[in-house]
Amino acid sequence: MTDAGTPLAIALTNCAKTFADGTKALEPLDLAIHAGETVVFLGPSGCGKTTTLRIIAGLEEPDAGGKVLFDGVDVTHLPIEQRNVGMVFQSYALFPNMTVAGNIGYGLKIRKVADAQVKARVSEMLAMMQITKLADRRIDQLSGGQRQRVALARAIAVRPRALLLDEPLTALDAKLRDTLRLEIDSLLRSLGITAIYVTHDQAEAMALGDRIVVMEHGRVAQIGKPREIYQRPATRFVAEFIGTMNRLTGAVKNGVFTCKAGSLAWSEAPANTTEILFRPEDIRVAEGHETTGLQGKVAAAFFLGDRTRLFVEVGEAQPLVIESTARRDFSHGDAVGLAIDPRGLLVL
Amino acid sequence: MKRRGLFLLQLGFTLLVCAFLVVPVILSMLAGLTVNYFIGVESGLTLRWVMEVWNGYRETIFLSIGLSLACLAVTLVLGVPTAYVLAKRQNALTRTLEEMLVLPVAVPGLATALALIVTYGSLSGFRTSWAFILVGHVLFTLPFMVRSVLAVLSAIDLKTLEEGAASLGAGFWPRFRDIVLPNCRQGILAGSLMVVTLSMGEFNMTWLLHTPFTKTLPVGLADAYASLRLEVGSAYTLVFFLMIMPLLLALQAFAKPRPAKFVAEETE
Repeated sequence: MTDAGTPLAIALTNCAKTFADGTKALEPLDLAIHAGETVVFLGPSGCGKTTTLRIIAGLEEPDAGGKVLFDGVDVTHLPIEQRNVGMVFQSYALFPNMTVAGNIGYGLKIRKVADAQVKARVSEMLAMMQITKLADRRIDQLSGGQRQRVALARAIAVRPRALLLDEPLTALDAKLRDTLRLEIDSLLRSLGITAIYVTHDQAEAMALGDRIVVMEHGRVAQIGKPREIYQRPATRFVAEFIGTMNRLTGAVKNGVFTCKAGSLAWSEAPANTTEILFRPEDIRVAEGHETTGLQGKVAAAFFLGDRTRLFVEVGEAQPLVIESTARRDFSHGDAVGLAIDPRGLLVL
Repeated sequence: MKRRGLFLLQLGFTLLVCAFLVVPVILSMLAGLTVNYFIGVESGLTLRWVMEVWNGYRETIFLSIGLSLACLAVTLVLGVPTAYVLAKRQNALTRTLEEMLVLPVAVPGLATALALIVTYGSLSGFRTSWAFILVGHVLFTLPFMVRSVLAVLSAIDLKTLEEGAASLGAGFWPRFRDIVLPNCRQGILAGSLMVVTLSMGEFNMTWLLHTPFTKTLPVGLADAYASLRLEVGSAYTLVFFLMIMPLLLALQAFAKPRPAKFVAEETE
């Protein structure tokens, strides 16, 4: 690949953003993005993830006192056109007055690259994104997935120092989203470029991110590798935003947690625990004559082929979600024994 | 059968209305080519009256063409950037400005013309030049340019398109040249034809703003009908038609919306 530049390290220090109407979009934020890594900003809408991306891009300036550093150089007041970052927009922002090839070559033309070189680079991009046949099409003659490929090709064509993607797959249907997610993943790995990816879809975040920055109400809730975020969530918000979380309320005494559904031996339980959290894969339905301390009643069962998703009533506000691989039928009202792997237990 | 009867009735009514509108036009044009209107077409057809108009009022035709082109130039230079700013910044100030721009269309042309004369009439060099009429025409036609460009700009996501161009390294001027202008081409074309047509035909304001040396075509037309033979006035109308019709046809062609294309997802 001819794109092997030195990847860019990005740092934000004390970056806050208050909009003209007084809305506080971002609380003061410090963040270091290592050269060559893919970082995903994840959170519900209005959490500040897009604002953070736009500050890095140069489309917004942080409030006074905030700084954006590219490889240690202060670029806070540099407009986007001088930052040399590639950007992919949710709505693609393709130019309707140009063909596909015109769009991809535009950044090079602006940089006054010779025509022959522009042509060569455009062909290379078209081939890489498998859209060579579309070179002369107008933008309104393209489907959503094709537009997405053109937008990616256009952003990469100028060999940017970093690639910024703002919810690039949100406008596409689910099946296409899965395909393109794989492609973007392999693209980012082959380019070795520093990439920042904004999404509200946790599956996308888990699949693409070297690290995930989970955001909530303009604050960073947690930064970590996907596995850390999933298995060791730092806050309740993170625990519930990513994946499914089960919850039991009760009390701990002498290494035994007691709740309405029964009791559970947990020698490492912190004192004063009133609530325990665990993922669906850490709980299972007892088999045969196995005796367990916890009992529940099946409220609903959905056979999914490889497993059965069970909702089990245990006297809590929410039923427990269990992914059972047992080779048996479940029906509404069945009494089941429940076993929980203590290694999966969390207290937040 | 009943439906067919209704259709014929509707067709008949439509043709009747068309005839009501078109017949006077044809009669007027015919009058300009007739030797003696009071005798009728039997008196024979002639180009004499048209030649007389050409010899006597040639200057008004050139002035009207020149005025409308100057008016177009000014409205392009003022109107396109105005529309751009109005599209980019939506706030109380720009909305007020947008309303104010339309005022000269709503206020009677006579009132605008009188206001111009009262305010600038004493600047004699200005008052007697064609530029004085130009000012009136620009006031009147500018909102049409701004509106048609603004309509196109509001229909596209201008902000994101510009951000896209900026992310590729384009500064303000390259963005304006490569992205903004080409994408409002339809609006600029439609607005331009509108401005030229309106300026060419404007009578209301021009009647007050003109001097004997700055007569435009419509003013000359009124003059001819008031003081010369009816045939000459009609021949004048004919000349006006010949000038304005191509513009109106072009306006029609550009006003047609482009059909949206639907493309199914292609898997490669």
